[in-house]
Amino acid sequence: MSHLKSREAILFGAILCLLFVVATRFPAFVAPGNLVAVFTDTSPLMILAMGQMAVILTRCIDLSVAANLALTGMVCAMINVAAPDLPVAVILAVSLAMGAMLGAINGILVWKLSIPPIVVTLGTMTIFRGIIFLLTEGKWINAHEMSPQFTGFPRADVLGMPVLGWIAVLVSIVMLVVMARTTLGRSIYAVGGNPHAAVYTGIDVGKTQFAAFVISGMLAGLTGYLWVARYSVAYVDIAGGFELDVVAACVIGGVSIAGGAGTVVGTLLGALFLGVVKNALPVVDISPFWQLAISGAAIIIAVAFNAQSGRSKGRVILKSAEHAQ
Amino acid sequence: MTYQASEQSSDPAITPVLSLDNITKIFPGVKALDGVELHLFAGEVTALIGENGAGKSTVVKTLTGIYQPDGGRIMLDGQPVQFPTPQNAADAGVTAIHQETVLFDELTVAENVYIGHAPKNRFGLIDTKAMHAKTTEILNSIGAPIDAGVKLKDLGIASRHLVAIARALSVEARVVIMDEPTAALSQTEIEELYELVDTLKAQGKAILFISHKFDEIFRIADRYTVFRDGQFVGAGKMSDVKEAELVQMMVGRAVDQLFPKRHAEVGDEVLKVVGYSHPTEFEDINFTLRRGEILGFYGLVGAGRSEFMQSLIGITRPSKGAVRIDDKVRVIRSPADAIKAGIVYVPEDRGKQGAILDMPIFQNVTLPSLHKTSRDGFIRLAEEFALAREYTERLDLRAASLDTNVGALSGGNQQKVVIAKWLATQPRVIILDEPTKGIDIGSKAAVHDFMSELAAQGLSVIMVSSEIPEILGMSDRVIVMREGRMAVELQGDDLSPETLVRHAVGIQAQGDAA
Repeated sequence: MSHLKSREAILFGAILCLLFVVATRFPAFVAPGNLVAVFTDTSPLMILAMGQMAVILTRCIDLSVAANLALTGMVCAMINVAAPDLPVAVILAVSLAMGAMLGAINGILVWKLSIPPIVVTLGTMTIFRGIIFLLTEGKWINAHEMSPQFTGFPRADVLGMPVLGWIAVLVSIVMLVVMARTTLGRSIYAVGGNPHAAVYTGIDVGKTQFAAFVISGMLAGLTGYLWVARYSVAYVDIAGGFELDVVAACVIGGVSIAGGAGTVVGTLLGALFLGVVKNALPVVDISPFWQLAISGAAIIIAVAFNAQSGRSKGRVILKSAEHAQ
Repeated sequence: MTYQASEQSSDPAITPVLSLDNITKIFPGVKALDGVELHLFAGEVTALIGENGAGKSTVVKTLTGIYQPDGGRIMLDGQPVQFPTPQNAADAGVTAIHQETVLFDELTVAENVYIGHAPKNRFGLIDTKAMHAKTTEILNSIGAPIDAGVKLKDLGIASRHLVAIARALSVEARVVIMDEPTAALSQTEIEELYELVDTLKAQGKAILFISHKFDEIFRIADRYTVFRDGQFVGAGKMSDVKEAELVQMMVGRAVDQLFPKRHAEVGDEVLKVVGYSHPTEFEDINFTLRRGEILGFYGLVGAGRSEFMQSLIGITRPSKGAVRIDDKVRVIRSPADAIKAGIVYVPEDRGKQGAILDMPIFQNVTLPSLHKTSRDGFIRLAEEFALAREYTERLDLRAASLDTNVGALSGGNQQKVVIAKWLATQPRVIILDEPTKGIDIGSKAAVHDFMSELAAQGLSVIMVSSEIPEILGMSDRVIVMREGRMAVELQGDDLSPETLVRHAVGIQAQGDAA
């Protein structure tokens, strides 16, 4: 655990350094109001990364999160168009339920048919986008078609921060509790840490992976509504490619791609690091190409870091026994 | 106690093709080979005999350049050589057909035979035509009618074995090592293999034949070498030795005072297994286990002991059979069912199947007992810590804090975590698979002491072990398994090293017509 904690400290330090450098050239960036704006802007990434973290911890990957977001977001928008007076609470429930259902499809395929998760979610990613096209025939739903309460909810200000930001905080707290204090969270770490050992302790590996996919899907669905409402537009390609940012946030945050290691706090910092890079660099006049390069470099450095810390940790029990014969 | 190696020196005119001279190989905590010698002669089959863990596989790996010896010399034609890589061994003409043959399913027979040393044409590309022709030639020479162009995945197990042999021969082999070559073959295929060995002998190859099976050793070997616990015990000509003498050499050691078996009160019947069978791994296993009893399971590797235990705890499903605990039928479909029924299994491979290295000690210990320390899926940390503390203290586990990751502990302490984890479930029956494999003598005594203590406290123990002294010293009763079946159940005065080995390898001695 210690190397993860130091990893979190390093990441936190890196974010502070970045803010400091930006502040020297553009002090307004670190004004509290702007920091809240950056946090809010990063919220969708944080929420999705929470789900992705659970999936990666079980040695899987969910590439369908952005497509799930787009499909669920579109369905929410269409419901809003059809029934503008439906309360936001209902929309929220629909987005969570539908997202969970789409995640469950991934989970069932991985659990019951033992298809590699990367293949399953690559497939469902394409299928979900295809379904949006079938539903809309490629047409957009724009701001004027949505009801004000629908688009207003994520932007409503509560104690100085938009609801969207507060939802990210809430999701993070819930995930913190789930991962640290529930049997499900414990199973998720066990399955990723050593699936063979997990089987012997009575944990159903496939079922645990299924649960992680449902969590990921549920959070993707929730983000779907928030995204569509915040940007007041829904179409086939929203959040295109965003799944890679989500995976990147997890990896930068110290979640091991081999499963079993990673924390909620690390993942949040990973997402925030990407969010700050994305928001700060344009302010100090660094071209978007450099932004991509910096994000990419951060991913590689993070993975190299993971590999390095993985090398020193953990002696294999009875190493000699493997050779003793 | 040691049989003198008189045979090698009796014929000084013949230099062995390949010799191991005083070879030592040390792994952390274990001396896998302790000054062993082994001599292989051209045109002769030498059988290497020993119990599981005698060091046979280590010898193979040393001869083929996979392991480097820590002491001693390898001699080729009387000259010292070194095999720093497997390629060096192959260049010297030493080739091995391994226990689990390493072949590539998606490649053709010819590609498999020549992988790594394919013939090249003048452009430096693989000369497919030459490769196929040479492969066909080799296959013909061993009488194997296999098309060099078919993919390996389309071949049966016996044909695959012939391909592996062809590969061994493709490198101008002088020394052919066969590590349990008949393990996966049927009777007719074994006969064909014997003929092949005779062909290779006639071609002047030196053959090292590793096998547990006495009938085949007497059928094809010219010489024998016996190892025990990584030490050389004896060698000689097959014509000068009897089965009983070989058995004596394999096991011949005093059962020492290492085993503090306390005589526990053996109480009521706890577990009864009736007619347990599996389509391929084992058949018709029947036994009972009483409170406070230690039941040993002895057998050679591949006898189906671990496979049976894994089925008993629901990892695999039996095709038929029933389990009764306290005279109630229990259906065990998953390890979770087994844990609920009170049967736990401490696997042999505690590295792979035991602990989760990235997790703190306390979480590892409570993992199978989480239902006891949680309500509605929420873990009660105080109860969890209390449970973990209770069982780690019982096992005298020393760590800075229960929050330490298991990966940071020493091997011995990792073992304690694994055992604490299972005891914390408060089982009725604990199955220990090779509980002392690969650990040093001191820790072994501690494990044995602890096992006795568990039995004395009323737990029923099933101990799977390949170590005869351990089996004899610890068990109240012993079941010997051979080829997936119960060969015999022994107790009291019937228990002797010779009887165990005889039943495990399947030979009958005089006065033992059972």
